[in-house]
Amino acid sequence: MSAAVLTAVLVAGGVYLVLQRGLVRVTFGFVLLGHAALVVLLAAGGMDRREPPLLAGGGAELAADPLPQAFALTAIVIAFGITVYLLAMAGSGGELDGAASDADEDEIDAASVGEADDGSSAATQTASTAASEEAATTPGEYPR
Amino acid sequence: MSDLLPAVIWLPLLMAAATAALPRATVLQRVLALTTHATVLAFGIAAVVATRDGSVIVEQVAGWPGGVSIPFAVDTFAALLITVGALLVLVCSVFAILTRDDADAAFHPLVLVLSAGVYGAFVTADLFNLFVMIEVALISSYVLLTRSGRAPQLGAGRVYLTTNLLVSTILLFGIGLVYATAGTVNLGELAGAAKDSTAVALAGGVVLVALAAKAALVPVHSWLPRSYPFASVAVTALLSGLLTKIGVYWIFRIYSVMYGGDERLQTAWLWILGATMVVGVLGALGEGGMRAILSFHMTSQVGYILLGIGFFGPIALAAGIFYLIHHIIVKAALFLACGALEHQAGTGQLSRLGGAARHSPLLAVTFLGAALSLVGIPPFSGFVAKLTLLRAAVLESEYLVAGLVVAVSLFTLLSMLKIWNGAFWGPDPVPVRASAMVDGEAGIVPDATDPTSDLLRHHEMLQAPDPLRVPWRLVVPGTVLMLLSLAIGLGAEVLLTLAQTAADGLVDPARWVAAVTS
Repeated sequence: MSAAVLTAVLVAGGVYLVLQRGLVRVTFGFVLLGHAALVVLLAAGGMDRREPPLLAGGGAELAADPLPQAFALTAIVIAFGITVYLLAMAGSGGELDGAASDADEDEIDAASVGEADDGSSAATQTASTAASEEAATTPGEYPR
Repeated sequence: MSDLLPAVIWLPLLMAAATAALPRATVLQRVLALTTHATVLAFGIAAVVATRDGSVIVEQVAGWPGGVSIPFAVDTFAALLITVGALLVLVCSVFAILTRDDADAAFHPLVLVLSAGVYGAFVTADLFNLFVMIEVALISSYVLLTRSGRAPQLGAGRVYLTTNLLVSTILLFGIGLVYATAGTVNLGELAGAAKDSTAVALAGGVVLVALAAKAALVPVHSWLPRSYPFASVAVTALLSGLLTKIGVYWIFRIYSVMYGGDERLQTAWLWILGATMVVGVLGALGEGGMRAILSFHMTSQVGYILLGIGFFGPIALAAGIFYLIHHIIVKAALFLACGALEHQAGTGQLSRLGGAARHSPLLAVTFLGAALSLVGIPPFSGFVAKLTLLRAAVLESEYLVAGLVVAVSLFTLLSMLKIWNGAFWGPDPVPVRASAMVDGEAGIVPDATDPTSDLLRHHEMLQAPDPLRVPWRLVVPGTVLMLLSLAIGLGAEVLLTLAQTAADGLVDPARWVAAVTS
């Protein structure tokens, strides 16, 4: 039950963030969604068996299933790599984020004239990872 | 033979490391990469020969007993796809070398990693291993798409990356659910599980939805035409031939083994595939760039390929597998032909092209041959593919689907004529826009839907005295694939027999299952 609630909360938060403009928020949304998938993977091995399989274990019946844990570890590594790449793209193409909201037209105009809020904050946050990409492109070369 | 099976994964990965360690030795990089692709191609042909009687080559990795180890298995279907995949990688790498796409030292290592992931996805028989292999292929494709760092590519890369990341997460959810309901992710042990248990069928359904999105079926197709045309020409051809086909291959495999070809889902499949065929071709008609038209078209063609799943009989599946092989070859030929022109002329927009048939006749013949093959005109392979599919539809008394197959072909012809009329026929384009762009007038905004809109900023593009005369060496890779399609069409019996063997292995997967689990 706790796994189901946790998955629901993580997916809800993840979906909300993925639907935002701004690649940094989308990235965090994917981090949450990835965590939800990991909880599902661990729950797939059975939540009632938690004992370590070796040394202090209570036998094979109580030992936790190691296979989903191996799956989760693999998935974490992959998700981490892609998250770093997404953040680098957020920094390198910050001007592609567009305006913060569809609702307010004045805000859109203001954001498209200057730089979008998300873009500039993304660029500073990930400046170190995206330094090389920053050098390769010249943000603001394409007026919108 | 089975000892060599993991080599299709570790050899390209090893060579990727070697080429990555030699960023300055361009010639050595090229030699290593092309040799690796040729070696895998030779292995693929050997595997096709070894499995042509329906036998299965299996390697239980690290010698663990079946059910514990991660199994690698190759039957006729997988062997055919490895062969055609390796051929495609080889031709596209040659094209990339000719267009100097590999001036970027990361190109060959990335393509090698991509190909390792794709071959791995074709040979593995374990769902979680499939997820890992898809990610290996996808991550290098992310970099291949966005490595130029220009705005259109980065924009397309965002669509591509986020969509595929979401789909991969769904795939991971699905695999977790399959493990929870069935207790294993070894496809051999999952045989028939989804037919017996609704819970496993639902969990497998999540996996199938993710694979359908990877294969770009309607309604989860729209990411593909928004991202593929923006890569460099060689990369577009590579991605179109390899990545979506992982999804297609695994839908065939999972539906055959896990679901046992459950006929209760037949109507649902036919609706989805019919919609895919129609929406894809209509979308292609609405596009204005050569590669955008071809990309939208892939969606339509995937609908044709998977019709084999919809009917799930030996004839229909053989038709689907034949169509899959034909489609990979012809689509790549079209991408390379249009891409060669696009590379030379600096734009792929039909409104800015014209008359290329007069300037480069060989290119025009290549495009025409491949386009006619795609439409399904004899004597090309597309005719045999569509005829067998049509025959299967009529034998199943699905006359509506049979009519759709013919009608969509007509629209396919129309969209190919659109490229022909726009780029190859008619008067030469008026070079007004080019000078305006080069003058760098501040008011001109590049067209965000045109992958090449900023290419004209590169001055070397404009120094060609005749931008429509494509040098023959850029045409040859596409011509080779077009002639291969012609050869398959003329000697269709060979591939049809192999496709029939592969289809028999899908209709009754007992032999594959026994080999994987033993």
